[in-house]
This record gives sequence, C-alpha cells and structure tokens, in this order.
Amino acid sequence: MTGAGLSEFCNWLAATPLSHTIQTAGWIIPTLQTIHILSVAVVFSSAILVDLRIWRLLERDVPLGEITRRFLPTIWPVLFILLTTGSLLIVGEPRRSLLNSTFYLKMALLAVAIVLTVALQRSISSSPSFWDGNRMRRIAGRFAASASILVWCGILFAGRWIAYTQAG
Amino acid sequence: MLTLSQFISYFEDSALADNIRENDLLFPLIESVHVVSICLVVGSILVIDLRLLGLASLNRPVGGITKAILPLTWSAFAVAAVSGLLLFVSNATKYLDNGYFVAKVLLICAAGLNMVVFHGISAKDLPRWENEAALPLPARLAGGLSILLWVAVVTCGRWIGFTMQVH
Repeated sequence: MTGAGLSEFCNWLAATPLSHTIQTAGWIIPTLQTIHILSVAVVFSSAILVDLRIWRLLERDVPLGEITRRFLPTIWPVLFILLTTGSLLIVGEPRRSLLNSTFYLKMALLAVAIVLTVALQRSISSSPSFWDGNRMRRIAGRFAASASILVWCGILFAGRWIAYTQAG
Repeated sequence: MLTLSQFISYFEDSALADNIRENDLLFPLIESVHVVSICLVVGSILVIDLRLLGLASLNRPVGGITKAILPLTWSAFAVAAVSGLLLFVSNATKYLDNGYFVAKVLLICAAGLNMVVFHGISAKDLPRWENEAALPLPARLAGGLSILLWVAVVTCGRWIGFTMQVH
C-alpha cells in the first residue's frame, strides 16, 4: 500500500461508527490502554521468568520443563487480549499507529518474540533437558533467553515511544 | 520553616528536573524504564497472588514461590520507584495537583501494607499450610486484595497521562 493509500485507509477507518464511538467516549481509550498494559505485564513477566530460569537465576530446584509449562501457555490467550485491545486502539486513532514507523518496529519485534517463545516452548516440551544437553546447547539456550529479554523490552519501549513519534 | 511547596520547588528547580523536562529523549526513556519495571512488579506479584488464591502453581509451596519470585519483584520495584521519582521531580507541582497521582501513591502504600500484614501476621504459621492447594481465608484475602490494588495502581498510572499535560 502506498503512503497516500494508507493515509486514505486511516481516514476511512476514523470515519467508521466504531471509531467515532471510541473517539467520543473519553473513558474508552484509557480503559483499553489500561487493559493492554496489564496484559503486557502478564505476557512480559511470563516470558522473563522462563528466560531467567534458563539463565538458572531462579527456581533452580524446579525442572525447566515445569517452569515452561507453568508460565508460557498463559502467553497465548493473553496475547489475544492484547491483539483485541490493540486493534480497537488503532480503530480509535488510526493515524497514531498506522502512520508511525515506531508501531511497525513494535510489530516486527513482536513477530520475533513470538517465534522465540514458540521455539523455546516447543523445544522444552518435546525434550525437557534440551537446553541442558551439552555445552553448546546451554550457550544457545542462554543466547535465546537473552534475545527474548531484549526483544520484549524493545516491544515495551516501542509501545511507549508510539506516543512520542505519532504523525500530526 | 520550610513549607512543602518550597521543598517541592527545590527539587523541581534543580538541574536534574530541568533536564528531564526539557530533553526530548530523557522523559520518554525514563517513562519506558518505568513501564518495563512496573510490568515486572505487577506480573511477578500476580504469580504469588494466584498461588494464594489457589488458582495457579498449586504443586509448589507458597514459601518456595515467594522466595523465588520476591527478589525479582523487589528489584523491579526499586527501578520503578527511582524512575517514578525522576518523572515526579520533573513536574512535581503538576503531579501533586493530579488526583490520580495522589491516589496511585496511596494505593501503592496500601499494597505494601497488605504485604506487611500478610507476611507479618497471616503467614506466621505458613509452614503448616503452605503446601495445601486451598489456603486459609487471610491468605486468599491477601492475594485477592493484592490483585485489585495493583490493577488500580496501573489504572491510575495510565489515567495520569490523560488528565495531566506534561509538555
């Protein structure tokens, strides 16, 4: 889609009845943002707890497989809440995100985070000691865990930065 | 005698506060650190609260979970408090005039008090019941109250942004 086409799409979206409702009732956007940030807290913390366990920084006495089973499955339904509230926020203020490169950076980082999380969840559920197998695996596991921490932090930073880089 | 407003303006007029206010990068940067740390505080406490309510991590003793999680919660809280304080001094007078900011601070105190009451009183005989799935009422109350208080803290935090013009 060209820049002009995207801008037109934003105008069309902003003119829909749903967008109009979100814009005019002052409490809807802050409420959606509050649900969004609380869901971010759940997803982010779940991922970080597993990453820290891979680094052996917490609950070393509990097998990694159990930690993964306890925290990672939570991510997917909560991610659905995030996509829903995020989409509604876009419908309410299309230009704020869709014409904002920070938003696309956030989505790109989210794609990376999802791939990393799926990879960790799959590898550990198919073989609980996968990342403990040998020295190379241990290093690779810690590398993946560090990447996960950095990418999730990047998502949160980009999320906050959308407010500062929006088009006029 | 130094009044509260003089005390506040002393910090607000400092070079540090001036920098945070005027620098285009510094304010969002500190805000982002604040968001990341508060997400960790809320998310990690939720793990403990859900265990207290008997809704998650039931095969783990309460003491084991708090010992594993609370160091992370406290570290994140320290970062959230310092970053929050830096945001506060940059516009102290405006923040103090904002009802949601005052409510947020009071709610954080209430969450702290809830924790002190739980660890100091309700958890006195923790070893007796910490392995059970269904915990005594005071423990369940502490977990439920904690969730409500932290949700309210985040709600007030987000509402500050809509009721106070920083720039």
